Amino acid sequence: MTLVDLAAPDRLPGSGKHPAEVLRMENVRMRFGPVEVLKGVSLGLRRKEILGLLGANGSGKSTLIKVLAGFNSPEPESRVRLWGDDLPLPLDAALIRRKGVAFVHQHLGLIPSLRVIDNMILSNDRLHPLGIAWGREARRLRGLFAEFGLAIDPLAPVESLAPVQRAFVAIVRAFDDLRRSEAGRAGEGVLVLDEPTPFLSGEDVEKLFALLRGIRATGASVIIVTHDIDEVLAITDRVAVMRDGRLAAMMTTAETTRQEILDAIVGRAVETFRRPSRPAPTGVAARLAGIAGGQLDPFDLTLAPGEVVGVTGLIGSGFADVPYLAFGAAPGTGRVEIGGQALDVARLTPARAVAAGMGLIPGDRLHQSCIVALSVTDNATMLALPRLRRGPALDRAAMTRATEALVAAHDVRPPRPGHLLGALSGGNQQKVVLGKWLAEEPRLLLLDEPTQGVDFGARQQIFAAIDAAAARGTAVLCASTDAEQLSQICDRVIVFAKGRPVAELTGAQVEKSVIARTCFLGVPPAPAPSPSLQEGLA
Amino acid sequence: MTATPLPAVRAPIDWKLQAERFALLAAWAALIGLFAVLIPGTFLTWRTFSSILGSQAVLVVLALGLLLPLTAGDFDLSAASVLVFSAMFVAVSNVTWGWPIGLSLLGALATGAIVGALNAWFILFFRIHSLIVTLGLGTFLNGMTLWLSGSQTISGISMTLVDAVVITRILGIPAAFWYGLALCLVLWYALEWSMAGRRLLFVGRGREVARLNGISVDRTRAAALILSGALSALAGVLYAGMTGSADPVSGQGLLLPAFAAAFLGATAIYPGRFNPLGTLLSVYFLITGITGLSMLGAAAHVQSLFYGGALVVAVALSQLVRKRQPQNFG
Repeated sequence: MTLVDLAAPDRLPGSGKHPAEVLRMENVRMRFGPVEVLKGVSLGLRRKEILGLLGANGSGKSTLIKVLAGFNSPEPESRVRLWGDDLPLPLDAALIRRKGVAFVHQHLGLIPSLRVIDNMILSNDRLHPLGIAWGREARRLRGLFAEFGLAIDPLAPVESLAPVQRAFVAIVRAFDDLRRSEAGRAGEGVLVLDEPTPFLSGEDVEKLFALLRGIRATGASVIIVTHDIDEVLAITDRVAVMRDGRLAAMMTTAETTRQEILDAIVGRAVETFRRPSRPAPTGVAARLAGIAGGQLDPFDLTLAPGEVVGVTGLIGSGFADVPYLAFGAAPGTGRVEIGGQALDVARLTPARAVAAGMGLIPGDRLHQSCIVALSVTDNATMLALPRLRRGPALDRAAMTRATEALVAAHDVRPPRPGHLLGALSGGNQQKVVLGKWLAEEPRLLLLDEPTQGVDFGARQQIFAAIDAAAARGTAVLCASTDAEQLSQICDRVIVFAKGRPVAELTGAQVEKSVIARTCFLGVPPAPAPSPSLQEGLA
Repeated sequence: MTATPLPAVRAPIDWKLQAERFALLAAWAALIGLFAVLIPGTFLTWRTFSSILGSQAVLVVLALGLLLPLTAGDFDLSAASVLVFSAMFVAVSNVTWGWPIGLSLLGALATGAIVGALNAWFILFFRIHSLIVTLGLGTFLNGMTLWLSGSQTISGISMTLVDAVVITRILGIPAAFWYGLALCLVLWYALEWSMAGRRLLFVGRGREVARLNGISVDRTRAAALILSGALSALAGVLYAGMTGSADPVSGQGLLLPAFAAAFLGATAIYPGRFNPLGTLLSVYFLITGITGLSMLGAAAHVQSLFYGGALVVAVALSQLVRKRQPQNFG
């Protein structure tokens, strides 16, 4: 692998004026007011290649994609060349689509209440304006899905599809756009995927990759923006790493390693969070007795103060319902015993759960855990307001002080309590949400995918904050499909299959590959790997 | 591993935001200046201003009532119907049934609160959109008003009420204005400085987020709707007190101006948020324009032209200042 110095871009593999390059971005500069977000990025994409674009939150990778999509207008000296033609700047979104560049954005852009076919024809300008031949179009789409081995009914409503099928629909729609474009007639095209995987489980990601390989085989090129280094290693031909608005490295995937990519992303060695060892937790902080609901069969669990317990499994195995049921956020049955109280899940509300000393950080940050249209202060003090009063009135100065303390304690950047929360990156939003709950010092903190869409550095900080809370006596229950995350924070991990716990991993078994394999097999692989082997697998 | 945390920074004064906050106030001042020049001698008098301030208390109270459900993310289209019904209830119970005025007044306020509670029940129990429920109940109530009054204007309401609403003057301005002002200040305090106000804002901006943070979303929305009903009824009482009579139709026309004032108010003082001070300001901005134009001899239709035109132009301008970001009121 080569960590390449950008001062000499011509020595970059594939960065010269390679004839096989379909897309070339040259010296792309972009500023928002006084802040330079892209500081002269040059990047080439070859025919029939899958290029991974990585970088921490705020490194400029999303901005680069938005320049390409025509949402952001770059500085005049920037150049974008597609199929050998220089394009006028700022890029015209419609022109670039006609020329054969299609985008799948993170939230997929599907309307859940409409059918697949309605969503698929949304961007199709070739249909007759006066009448849609629904039958013919449905047959055509069935054929298109079949081409990639997908069994998706074009007449099914999108909301009835599994998350991975929705991702398929969005990607096949983009591919369909490519085919209709000018480049598509020559069998080419550029498909850009902006973090399509955070909502998908491991096996679904694999299916998605199979689809992308199929698309590459047709002659198209793919850019995939992601946080996940393992995904990059699994699917890409080359990796471009962005850091601080610059292209930090361009590497050939087959010749690189996880650690090298990681070092390029962070630019300095970031240590992976490791739990300091503590005496085994004893006592009882909370007990879940026969809680059931959603896809979960009755489930019992006792958590000791300071204990971190992971629940995991394949998507649909029921583990993901545990935090919501225990918090009264989803309808279910059973009992939660906490702080000397026995709460009936059927009648439990989040308000009662909070009063009993529970906290919940949901996985869907945008819709369930923070209000991006309000300020950092408003979000950070949502729970603490009753304490931030002078007489009956809210004490604004105390609210700001409390937020400043939270921002400093959790290293939220930029450290501006008055900013809208939506102006922060995902990792920093999550730090605010976590800080808000930790300030309540809950007896039991329930987490669902606490570091989804969070960059590597912020993720380690979040792990450290969770561990520090556990050290102060908070019991933590974390639902996640991210085996690495579970291995970094958990004392024990309970693996679910078909709504029931099938394995409990403790001690040395709380290890990434053991957890992942147990999810698929339903039983822990035997014998447990020795600690020295773990190093190699990580 | 952890990088050195940056110290928290308080943002410097954002002049653009300050300009946006006070733009409507400046526009009001400019409007007054313009009419003072165009209508020398008559416009800039205490008499004109006490009439501008005193005549619109009904609209102020109605618009303030609407703010609460709007902040919580619900529309109350029944507000003007409650106003008309409550005015008619005061007239019929006081004049026809011979109730003492105090009892009529309490009855009217209770009716408003009950309609609000009914709205809340249909919206929250059956999970129907607030537009549908309040439109339906409002129309139903219009029928009740006509039934109750026999489609007649009823006059002769106790002078005690008329006294308390328009005849009593403080600084030469009818008492009704001061009621509206007091209500505005109470709501400003409640929305900006109380727990209840924060809860209302959280519920309006992120219902699911609020629920998962332990806020009783249904209770908050119900309270907003009940209060909105009661405040609409209060506007009706003032309406009856203005003239000492009640007619079954004309108050209906106040619904759209009240919404206009609420939305226009959301561009001022606390831009992007429904807020009582902005609403009060926008009512008087609109009325000043209409009064000035009619003193210049404009015909009656100019009123609607000005209400509608000013709303769209002002909101469009404030959107230009915000670089046309999608709006998220609440």
